[in-house]
Amino acid sequence: MKIYIRRFLVLVFVSFFAVAARSQDIASFEKSITVKKLPNGLTVIIMERPEAPVFSFYTRVDVGSVQEVQGITGLAHMFEHMAFKGTDKIGTSNYPAEKAALAKVEEAYAAYQKEDLKESGRDLQKVAQLEEAWKEATKRADQYVEVNQFGEIVESQGGVGLNASTDLDETDYEYSFPENRLELWAYLESERFLHPVMREFYKERDVVMEERRMRTDSSPQGRLVEQFLAAAFVAHPYGRPTLGWPSDLHSFSATDASNFFHKYYIPSNMIVAVVGDVKAAQALPIIEKYFGRLPAAPAPEPLRTKEPPQHGLREVILQDHSQPLYIEGYHRPDFRDPDDAVYDVLADLLSKGRTSRLYRSMVRDTQIAIEAEGGSYPGKKYPNLFYLFAAPSKGHTAREMAAPIHAEIEKLKTQDVTDEELKSIKTRAKADLIRSLNDNQGLATELAEYQAYYGDWRELFREIDRIDAVTKADIRRVANKTFTEENRTVGMIETAKPEEAKAATGAQP
Amino acid sequence: MRKPKQLCALSAALLLPLLAAAQTEAPKPGKQATTATPMAASPGGVVTSWKQIPIPPLRQFKPQEPRRVELPNGMVVFLQEDHELPLIDGVIRIRGGSREEPGEKTGLTEIYGEVWRTGGTKTKTGDQLDDSLESRAARVDTGSSLDSTFISWSSLKQDFDQVLPVIVDLLENPEFREDKVDLAKRQFASMISRRNDDMDEIARRESAKLAYGPENPYARTAEYYTIAAVTREDLLDWHRRTVAPNNMILGITGDFDPVAMEAKLRATFGGLPKGEPFPPSQVSFHSPSPGMYFIEKDDVNQSAITMVDLGTDRRNPDFYAIQVMNQLFGGGFSSRLFSNIRSKQGLAYDVGGGVGTAFDHPGIVRISMGTKSATTAAAIEALRHQVAEMVKGDVTQAEVKKAKDAILNSFIFEFDSKEKVLAERIRYEFYGYPPDFLERYRAGIEKVTPADVDRVARKYLHPDRLAVLVVGNAKDFDRNLDSFGKVTAVDISIPAKKPGM
Repeated sequence: MKIYIRRFLVLVFVSFFAVAARSQDIASFEKSITVKKLPNGLTVIIMERPEAPVFSFYTRVDVGSVQEVQGITGLAHMFEHMAFKGTDKIGTSNYPAEKAALAKVEEAYAAYQKEDLKESGRDLQKVAQLEEAWKEATKRADQYVEVNQFGEIVESQGGVGLNASTDLDETDYEYSFPENRLELWAYLESERFLHPVMREFYKERDVVMEERRMRTDSSPQGRLVEQFLAAAFVAHPYGRPTLGWPSDLHSFSATDASNFFHKYYIPSNMIVAVVGDVKAAQALPIIEKYFGRLPAAPAPEPLRTKEPPQHGLREVILQDHSQPLYIEGYHRPDFRDPDDAVYDVLADLLSKGRTSRLYRSMVRDTQIAIEAEGGSYPGKKYPNLFYLFAAPSKGHTAREMAAPIHAEIEKLKTQDVTDEELKSIKTRAKADLIRSLNDNQGLATELAEYQAYYGDWRELFREIDRIDAVTKADIRRVANKTFTEENRTVGMIETAKPEEAKAATGAQP
Repeated sequence: MRKPKQLCALSAALLLPLLAAAQTEAPKPGKQATTATPMAASPGGVVTSWKQIPIPPLRQFKPQEPRRVELPNGMVVFLQEDHELPLIDGVIRIRGGSREEPGEKTGLTEIYGEVWRTGGTKTKTGDQLDDSLESRAARVDTGSSLDSTFISWSSLKQDFDQVLPVIVDLLENPEFREDKVDLAKRQFASMISRRNDDMDEIARRESAKLAYGPENPYARTAEYYTIAAVTREDLLDWHRRTVAPNNMILGITGDFDPVAMEAKLRATFGGLPKGEPFPPSQVSFHSPSPGMYFIEKDDVNQSAITMVDLGTDRRNPDFYAIQVMNQLFGGGFSSRLFSNIRSKQGLAYDVGGGVGTAFDHPGIVRISMGTKSATTAAAIEALRHQVAEMVKGDVTQAEVKKAKDAILNSFIFEFDSKEKVLAERIRYEFYGYPPDFLERYRAGIEKVTPADVDRVARKYLHPDRLAVLVVGNAKDFDRNLDSFGKVTAVDISIPAKKPGM
């Protein structure tokens, strides 16, 4: 409602409340955590935390937009939306009739797309007729829909925080329930992936297009980051937007979504973490009973494409109406690299709080930026970027951000960090960990994530040890290895005069 | 530790919206306990309908209440033990916020909230405080809001005795050093220069101005010249005027012994001299001028549509029926707005709204959505239709039950952590609400009938009184907005200096 000067600062601080100490360690967690891999390959993690009669869960599916190929970009996220549309028993007034009607929709849509995407000999009148036939078929299928019944059940039964998200690496689903709804949850959550129905697909595709307009097309930062990533990655799918390219969003079908689902939503790709007022001895049989029904399937083939080395500076400059922004990125290895923790230390050193180097040099001292920070982005699973970002103060340009950022980088390459800085960072890493252990939803998320990435939730705690082992020499070495000009991609918004901007960018479709 | 959605790393508000990955809209949480019929344990086979699943009674649970202590000098203290993590966190909330600052110095309190901490104390600069606190991963922060300022802290429990003196020093000897005053003012000016970049920010800000009036303390915005007018002396004055124990509520939670902690807090704060009580807020409210308002933004392909009116406060006996109406009208995944505008028509990703209720002043009736430029007029029609349907007054028993179930079955989440209970109690103390307000809330919701919902819909939703604001790219609209009547263009250009100077 108002512009809060603190907004920038506070957000930077949010993630690092206080503390050290190891009273929260692997041993104390071992006692409350049970992990079981079901025969179909699905991993279940249960943590008993009976603070209040509630529980939260996190279903993590090892599929993200990186699994898409050109032509279906945005489909992983689209399926995530479809997982709220119900099943063959929820959300329908007559499933057999609806199923037949949905099959007709797909036939009609395929015929329409075939004509519409013809590169030569496209008959516009025929396109219009086929489009109309598809819309008519959709109307017939829609008559069986009980709108949003899935969400209605969750909400009326006391569920809160019903949500899901998709990014490049993964898709996840979550909400919290009162403890007496554990079996209801196990039913709903397993049915959603056992019998998903692609009802209202094309209406929901419109919703997703609105989401894209909101997050990307109509947002200066959205436009900048999409272009920046597309420039930084020429081969690997990290360069493609999770929300999808508009042309693909306008074309892909419910059949595409269904195929994608069957290929990737297999039990061995899924981890379900439940944290709260549950007893593993009672909850496991229930979870097994419901989730055990998901049919085992062969693992999909791994992603082959690797980003080739970058051989020169890339630059994307947007002439925009909005105020200037600057971002630059350098390719860095994936999370399995022995230097992963060094990048975490670099991010903290450069950007955490009012003692961080970028804040002190650019915000506090020279005052040419109101915000400056760095970290890893946009993914984790595959070779990634280390970015540095700055928002210029009033009267300063995006381009002016480069020199002070590069000066900080140069310092990292040529001078050791101080003992105090390194100690402070390590203390804060421990604090971060403890702070993250205080609520059911956060715990469910962390346990599932670490189980997924490392095959063992205990790595959540061991990561602290890896950070603890980082030396001054490591920081210099990694800075020298990473921050080179030929490995750099720069993105900026230069503020154009209104008339210029109109000519330069035009309106997005 | 860090969520691998590394996007949150690019946290700065600037990048936040898009880095938060692609998300299915999160509806606002509902509230509490209900209709579950205890049944025998579920049979071996898997059920054919969710309704066959037994729902045992919810485990009995009485949340741990914080202990309330009132010091002789009027300071109220809440102590909430929580031994799960080795931390001690707390906050002191102090009466008086931006609604009480002079209009010609709008932004004063926000600058105060920033520089109170960054400006350091008589003996320590803010930078020195940063260094010493962060080396032990502790933090002490200050800030401000519409009705209060605050100082908060978090530390490892063994560091609390190092943190407490910092808090006391900030309360008793703040220095508001000029260099940090200047830095905060410059940053504030930079934020002002960026305030028209994001269309949702424009829509929120300007629709509040329509609802309350542009000069109303709940809606007015700081300008370059109001920021420039703020001096170090103003900050010191604000501090002298507000920081008195009888204007403060302290809440503390964490791994401590409550007897020892109470003694420590009494010894630390009991000696603060009583001051003038901060006077109650005096703001007058007027209904907005209905009609169409438009803000042109030519670099977007979506329109932000917001309909506003004055809402009410939570002391209003209609509050409970309003909450039920809000839930079924625009509150969740199965609300009317979500189902009709989003799911059935595909017109929006983000749509929602209801009658806003604040603790001690009228909230805003706000209904909002984003839709592509080419369906702007269609979306306005669709929203108007939904408002008209709501006012028509034919809400069904089933719909009301569903909404009440959502609130009552999730009620447990209002107090499922000790920190939530503490925060709730501080809030009630601050606004003078009864400590059992949450219980009354549950009872109030249980009593709501369909007739109540119809009545409050008619009373608080007035299709002809709504101010309708559109932020968007007019050349791509499906219809001219003047087809809805006279359109008032809203000027959002940022004035370089005070008008008339």
